[in-house]
Amino acid sequence: MKNIWIYILISALVSYLIRVTPLVLIRREITNRTLRSFLYYVPYVTLSVMTFPAIMDATSSPAAGLLALLAGAILAWKGKSLFLVAVSCCAVVFLFELFL
Amino acid sequence: MGSRRTVLLRGARDGAPIAVGYFVVAFTLGFAAKNAGFSPVQAMVESLLNNASAGEYAVFSLVAAGAEYWEVAVMTLVANARYLLMSCALSQKLSPKTPLFHRLLLAFDLTDELFGISIAYPGALDPFYTYGAMALAIPGWGLGTFLGVAVGNVLPLRLVSALSVGLYGMFLAIIMPPAKQDRVVLILVLLSFALSFFASRAPFLSGISPGIKTICLTVIISFGAAIVKPREISCQMSVDG
Repeated sequence: MKNIWIYILISALVSYLIRVTPLVLIRREITNRTLRSFLYYVPYVTLSVMTFPAIMDATSSPAAGLLALLAGAILAWKGKSLFLVAVSCCAVVFLFELFL
Repeated sequence: MGSRRTVLLRGARDGAPIAVGYFVVAFTLGFAAKNAGFSPVQAMVESLLNNASAGEYAVFSLVAAGAEYWEVAVMTLVANARYLLMSCALSQKLSPKTPLFHRLLLAFDLTDELFGISIAYPGALDPFYTYGAMALAIPGWGLGTFLGVAVGNVLPLRLVSALSVGLYGMFLAIIMPPAKQDRVVLILVLLSFALSFFASRAPFLSGISPGIKTICLTVIISFGAAIVKPREISCQMSVDG
């Protein structure tokens, strides 16, 4: 029987090292244009990759997730707040699954 | 950029919906923790120290399967490797003068969502903005996991299903406004959706974990864009926060 606290310690150490290393080591502005462009695009690409199709797998019915994606994308496009967009996505799924 | 208090409160305001979303996700994560034999306190400590949904889920499933310690280390590395990229990107969002302890503290809760709102902060990032959000997000995450194990299945499934898309709504709120202003970003968003869909459904890729797919797609698409559409050097980073 392994010790759960050791599992916790190991995962916590690895998680923190991944996050802290670049932040501590990269102390100055990167001037390489390609690298700068790459790092500029990373957030948008990675958040997009994580959103779709995962949003369809998160709900009981995939169609509800797809509708939430459309609703959220339109509201966010119109510049609505983080909170409103998030709540609207939830509401769309709740209503869709309620009536189906 | 306003007083420290204003910045903290602004972070807390943007962190509030994140904390609510975290609470729900962590609550469902608690079921997996319970399966793996974690007590509510152990699960809460795991959450407070890891702050990663996919990474923790991987740990809980491995522990439930009686995995070796090194397997948990490797899996945590793989499931969380995208934070390596986010940490690089965030380092460029900070003023070069930002002291070490701010870097150590910011790294602790570098999650998809907090990274997202930190990147969206106008100009160089004021760490206190992120701290304001962390002050709500961390307790939400820890408490959610604790209650998920302790209370178990009390929320109706319908509600869990609805609440689980909240985090994706937040992602959309972060990526769409820049996509509206910059056509390259818009194309990248759509391309990412398409390739991510393909990667998750293609049968010959089914043996690869979602974490690895996310990293590979992020690197390939972002690097391709950096080559094809390099950005003008902006003076954004030279402004001290």
